[in-house]
Amino acid sequence: MFHSLFALLRRDLILALRRPQDALTVVGFFVVVVALFPLGIGPDPEFLRSLAPGVLWVAALLAVMLSLERLFSDDYRDGTLEQLLLVPEPLGLLVLTKTFAHWLITGLPLVLISPLLAIQLNLRADEIVMLMLALLLGTPILSLIGSIGAALTLGLRGGGVLIALLILPLYAPPLILGAGAVDAVMHGSSAQAHLSLLGAMMVFALFATPWATAAAVRIMLD
Amino acid sequence: MSQRSIQWFRFTAPANFYDLAGRLIPWFAALTIALFAVGLYLGLVVAPSDYQQGDSYRIIYIHVPTAWMGMFLYVLMAVYAAIGLIWRIKMAEIMAKAIAPTGALMTFFALWTGALWGRPTWGVFWVWDARLTSMLILLFLYLGYMALHAAIDDRQRASNASAVLALVGVVNVPIIYFSVQWWNTLHQGASITVTEAPTMATIMFVTLIIMTLATWMYSIAVVLARARIEVLERERKAVWVKERLEATA
Repeated sequence: MFHSLFALLRRDLILALRRPQDALTVVGFFVVVVALFPLGIGPDPEFLRSLAPGVLWVAALLAVMLSLERLFSDDYRDGTLEQLLLVPEPLGLLVLTKTFAHWLITGLPLVLISPLLAIQLNLRADEIVMLMLALLLGTPILSLIGSIGAALTLGLRGGGVLIALLILPLYAPPLILGAGAVDAVMHGSSAQAHLSLLGAMMVFALFATPWATAAAVRIMLD
Repeated sequence: MSQRSIQWFRFTAPANFYDLAGRLIPWFAALTIALFAVGLYLGLVVAPSDYQQGDSYRIIYIHVPTAWMGMFLYVLMAVYAAIGLIWRIKMAEIMAKAIAPTGALMTFFALWTGALWGRPTWGVFWVWDARLTSMLILLFLYLGYMALHAAIDDRQRASNASAVLALVGVVNVPIIYFSVQWWNTLHQGASITVTEAPTMATIMFVTLIIMTLATWMYSIAVVLARARIEVLERERKAVWVKERLEATA
């Protein structure tokens, strides 16, 4: 079973490496959105610093959301997704593997580029470490919840805009906890509670979302 | 027991539901009007002014019932959606779809009246209070459900897909509520709380209950009416629709 899951993961990663612009666009979007904030709210370093956790998290959230459409749509268009339904392995695990590949391609680069943007927004070293930790725990949640939205909007007109309406309200808890973790470090208190809750949320999402996503895929391919 | 109990499953058949709803709607509508008339009279004329908030507190007679209704209807919608998804009962799917606009309207009313109440009481229309924020997110969840339903042309697929969304939403509602509450306590002190005055006069309580019942009756009447139209649309090719429509024409 792990053999075929690994093959699927490898296939998705190779496909992504052959077309690196897809992943780079997401990172580019993240960088540009964060760069636009100082232009909108002024260059005052202290003010930017206090806004930085929220700005970085909202930008990361939007970047993940924009990339979601591509999670299933290519496979849907060329018929691969229908073939995956016929594979003897549980659809939930296959979907989870695809979501993991999607996170490696889009979520992980966001985590890796975030220190650069954090420096621009005048965050200190310990805050940057916390930001990366929180994003590392949080972006998988975003990908997992997002996979439900991606499956539900398969083959719909204007699916990209619809995904935003379906998914963004569900992103409120990771946003609160993720930005809150950095905020806590900024104000000199412990972020352990935030990180624990983010971790709990990730475990719950790992357990529950593949199930919902698989059901959604089945419905939309019915 | 078994002889006297109503055969509920009878009304999962669209034709039986159509007839039953047609007979029930006028009653619920009449109750709505009567209860609203009594409730508004009590609330606006009989009930005394609040010693702290003056007359502006009277808006809670709309605000609280609509807020309860908005939250309850989301859960009810998810229950119907689950029934429709699991047992493939067509009427449950129709009920879930019919509940959504009323639930969204109730949530919107709760937010709107809350803003109108907040202006004279807190001095601002909107604060990022935990309850306000989670009600706002609830409204977004309703809108997402309706948007997804409207975006899918195939009726069966639309029902199933939005049922999954409703279930995901209902699992998330408590998580959202608690995280928002936690966020709120972190970001601002308890300078403003939504908690009502500790004690409530009997007349105020009675009025609130009457207004809540009125909101219930309104929701039932409107949801049934909407479900009835939806049944006609879905079953437009069935023989019973032809029979019923010819009988009324």
